[in-house]
Amino acid sequence: MGSEKEHAVMSGDRERVLGSLRRGLGRGQDVAADAAASTAVAQRIARCQRGPIPARSDLDPAQQVELFEAMAREQAATVVHVARRDGVPAAVADYLKAANLPPRVRVAPDPKLGALPWDGQPLLEISTGRAAAEDPVSLTGAFAGIAETGTLMLRSGAQHPTTLNFLPDVHIVVLRAADVVGPYEDAWNRLRAHEGNGAMPRTVNFVTGPSRTADIEQTIQLGAHGPRRLHIILIDEMD
Amino acid sequence: MASPVKPAMSTADRSFSENVRVAVADPQLRRAMHHVKEGFIGKRAKAAARLPEFEILRDAARDIKDHTLAHLDLYLERYEAQVIERGGQVHWCAGPAEARATILDICRQAGARTVTKGKSMIGEEIDINAHLEAAGITPVETDLGEYIVQMRHERPSHIIAPAVHLTKDLIEADFRAQHRQFPADRSLSEVPELVDEARQVLRQRFLDADVGITGANFLVAETGSSIIVTNEGNGDLTQTLPRVHIVIASLEKVVPTLEDATTILRVLARSATGQEFSTYTTVSTGPKRPDDVDGPEAYHVVLLDNGRSGLLDGQFREILRCIRCGACINHCPVYHAIGGHAYGSVYPGPIGAALTPALDGIEAAADLPEASTFCGRCEAVCPMRIPLPKLLRHWRERAYEQRVTPGGLRAGIGLWAFFARRPALYGFVTGLAARLLRALGGRRGRLARLPLAGGWTRFRDLPAPEGRTFRSQWAAKKSTRS
Repeated sequence: MGSEKEHAVMSGDRERVLGSLRRGLGRGQDVAADAAASTAVAQRIARCQRGPIPARSDLDPAQQVELFEAMAREQAATVVHVARRDGVPAAVADYLKAANLPPRVRVAPDPKLGALPWDGQPLLEISTGRAAAEDPVSLTGAFAGIAETGTLMLRSGAQHPTTLNFLPDVHIVVLRAADVVGPYEDAWNRLRAHEGNGAMPRTVNFVTGPSRTADIEQTIQLGAHGPRRLHIILIDEMD
Repeated sequence: MASPVKPAMSTADRSFSENVRVAVADPQLRRAMHHVKEGFIGKRAKAAARLPEFEILRDAARDIKDHTLAHLDLYLERYEAQVIERGGQVHWCAGPAEARATILDICRQAGARTVTKGKSMIGEEIDINAHLEAAGITPVETDLGEYIVQMRHERPSHIIAPAVHLTKDLIEADFRAQHRQFPADRSLSEVPELVDEARQVLRQRFLDADVGITGANFLVAETGSSIIVTNEGNGDLTQTLPRVHIVIASLEKVVPTLEDATTILRVLARSATGQEFSTYTTVSTGPKRPDDVDGPEAYHVVLLDNGRSGLLDGQFREILRCIRCGACINHCPVYHAIGGHAYGSVYPGPIGAALTPALDGIEAAADLPEASTFCGRCEAVCPMRIPLPKLLRHWRERAYEQRVTPGGLRAGIGLWAFFARRPALYGFVTGLAARLLRALGGRRGRLARLPLAGGWTRFRDLPAPEGRTFRSQWAAKKSTRS
């Protein structure tokens, strides 16, 4: 398949493209200027400097939760509160029943979700793992909620397979009120502290409401390819 | 490594004035373009008005890109090192042929038969679909608009709303012709029915795909991440389910940090669709980790130059600030009148008119910078404050210098320049012409025909001058004031 030759061409392209960039930027003419440019880049990345942050989410924590909820609803998500974590299974059962949805839930392999009192909801059919094509409903946690735009921040990993966010028709997300932050920048800081050493999870999904499209005559229609419904269960308890 | 596939948007096929004639006479296109004017403009205005910081965010977004472009070599090296650190690969490609060969090579090594695709303008730029098909691999567009356009063997007519030139009755007819697996008497005239049917058909395609190709809205030097923004979730199914994820991106997509990407994201969706934030913003870094139970096993980035590095040194660098939101297109009166296909280029509208000559050469695209009234709306709404009218003016100058401007236009400009350099003669001749036209206009004050003005008078009358020339009025005003 000639891949050796092609790879030779490709590595040739690296120097060719970088050479063209360097010529365009006048590198190699002034040693001091080149050194200053390298320093500027290293510093900029190390500082993670924030840009202008919208004032709308500069609120106390309770008001941030209110803003999160209002913005999420505006984008067609539904939101309910439970006082404590052990109220989640009943909230799931109530939601599915009220909306006449199948009571079959694929739960993320997250020990905190697995430890919930599912026994109290005998009508729910619970299984654990990544999503399969035929799973109608998924349940996952969330790394954070961003009040600024009512957005969930979902972090991929062993406890949160990404397929659960996109394949099922209904995605139910459990979010602790304590994990709601104001702007995105606060969520990035939390993530950096969580990962350490500049690492990143494979995927970070920011989700604002259910899937939609406006590709036909600019008419907004929910449920394009991802979930048709996004339901958020907020745990009020500050544990 | 020459590609056997002819670029679909070969400039040789392009006859802009002929395309325009056909487009303005198309009643179906008129109806469809109505949605652009009615939809996008009001939504963007509302979203901008709702965020008090919108204008300072535009300044900050512009500054981020200016800084990044001034250090583009260094940020790309840092980005590459981070991708490799996270287990991914970066393939530098000077042009479309190299990018196509690289993608095909990855697909073959993966034994791919079908490839799902998220929406990518770089995919259009390198014409990857035709190339994959020629190699026996089936590319499936999964963005609804792209899916419709691919089904019709057309090109996207807009960079974020590919099927905006179509009305739902045309789409219904296509679905009925193509989706033979469904009952012929099904109801399919409403938007929800069309969306549902596409969802059903594409669901199996997502599950079957061996490779997923997405574009990138941003590449992050700090972390080696790529970021995509969608509303449908198709990009996420495309990059999560197959064994291999290929990101195709051009050089200028890189930004320094996650904070910088965030600042630009705050103006992107608002400028594009008027949303506060798109439904799905996805940050991807490398292949699946050892304890992940889903996600791709391999992560490749195809990094395309295609002439962009040559723009750093010169008067067109600002084009590289573009984040492909489409706001300039949505607000352009020329685009509203002719739609996206008439441009005959991958990128339509004002940004296309400024970018295409840079990608294809001015000799191949000299008519595109002329497709502007210089009304300035594009610059007024561009979140990255790209001075599009100025850039189009530079291209017009270059076309004139390189003698690719058509003969008649050159002669006209030459004639005007002759008089403009002789102010007294200019004043005399224009005064004479104004009086003559006024006399010819008669009592109606309009001219139905005029030599050399057929381009105007074929479609409407030319109003005759009513009084003296601007310059003589100006001189009179100045002398009364002083």
